[in-house]
Amino acid sequence: MIKDFEYFGPKTLNEALVLLDKYRDDYKIIAGGQSLIILLRQGLLQPENVIDIYGIKELDYIKSDGKKGLKIGALTTHREIEYSDLMKGSFKVLSEMEHLLSTPQTRNRGTIGGNISHGDPAGDPAPVLMALGANVKLASVAGERILDMEKFSVDYFETAMEHGEMLVEIELPAPPPHTGAAYTKFNIIASDMATVSVASCVTLAADDTCTDVRIALGAAAPRPMRAKAAEAILKGKKITDALLKKAGQAASEEAEPVSDISASEEYRRELVKVLTARVTKEAMSRAKAG
Amino acid sequence: MLKELKLTINGQPYELSIHPRTLLVEVLREQLGLTGTKRGCNEGACGACTVVMNGKSVKSCSVLALSANGAEITTVEGLAKGAELHPLQKAFLDYGAYQCGFCTAGMLMSCKGLLNMFPNPTSDQIRDGIDGNICRCTGYNSIIRAVEAVSRGDYKETK
Repeated sequence: MIKDFEYFGPKTLNEALVLLDKYRDDYKIIAGGQSLIILLRQGLLQPENVIDIYGIKELDYIKSDGKKGLKIGALTTHREIEYSDLMKGSFKVLSEMEHLLSTPQTRNRGTIGGNISHGDPAGDPAPVLMALGANVKLASVAGERILDMEKFSVDYFETAMEHGEMLVEIELPAPPPHTGAAYTKFNIIASDMATVSVASCVTLAADDTCTDVRIALGAAAPRPMRAKAAEAILKGKKITDALLKKAGQAASEEAEPVSDISASEEYRRELVKVLTARVTKEAMSRAKAG
Repeated sequence: MLKELKLTINGQPYELSIHPRTLLVEVLREQLGLTGTKRGCNEGACGACTVVMNGKSVKSCSVLALSANGAEITTVEGLAKGAELHPLQKAFLDYGAYQCGFCTAGMLMSCKGLLNMFPNPTSDQIRDGIDGNICRCTGYNSIIRAVEAVSRGDYKETK
């Protein structure tokens, strides 16, 4: 049974931030609760205070600004992103990723902000957001700060959020022309977490030279990570199958996977190698088509 | 400390006092005796506890009851209208879409959530729609046929 706690259900961001400040020594924030409730039930977390932010309607939105890109409120559900008309062009990968995330019931209830704040290295959104160059906005009573998604993920189930802070928004920059993004994950059962996942975002010049590429790995290290050695192999070049193979090899070497019940370290490295090449090739063909 | 909770379940309003740690499935089964909703894996994997909350399917083992405050909830008990079964229930009977029946309440509620979203789902959408529900008697194909029959209009809902 879950250990009892004090429950707070703020309805505005401001009320929530005041509560976070007041109880900063011992609280957990709950959004959709699709990850947190499991940890509470297992007794892995026993907070004195639970601050339920799910009722803060002002953080449930997807806004598109052609020039600036996309802004997603932290309490937007996976399901809303999966079926949003704004997920087009290279943002379509967000909808595809959400479709692969867990089950319909979990996507109906769970939020994108809750998912990345949970800090599970096998979560689906984080690698995709990193590949798309996302920033996250954190708020506290002291004000707001904006962090690169890459700096938000710190370690195993650990983010850069300080006590008293909460995630309020995800910002995605508008991609340059001829940009394509793709995501893939390997798992045994379709609704499971990733054994390994890879997201890739490629920008091509008019002559098909790769002007920019971002590759991000999930479940391949204690935190979602950029595969920068792999990116360096592709950037500034015309991407060929031979180069993709080299990039896959580099990603597999820079990954820091662990062995666990789902896969051994060696097997995960092999998955990183194959999936990096495969998904980057798909991103490249999308960049050509777009 | 007990907290007040207001819910509407199958059209009927309820006011309860609960411990904050209480899960929605516990309120339904233990406090209200609505035992049609099953508690299976208890960790959001099996789907047996699925209910429809504000029109969408959710797993009631993975929702704090207090965060459902003010919500409209439909459980399997709320599908039939009096003695008249819901079209999904009729189709499940006709197509043999269950064997032991443990997953059935959750399956029905996932299918209800699916039809709320897509009144005429494709076969792929039906498969996706029950992706979060496990049937260990292997009745998936008959469940898909039952939902297709409802979507075709073979079973009219009584007004």
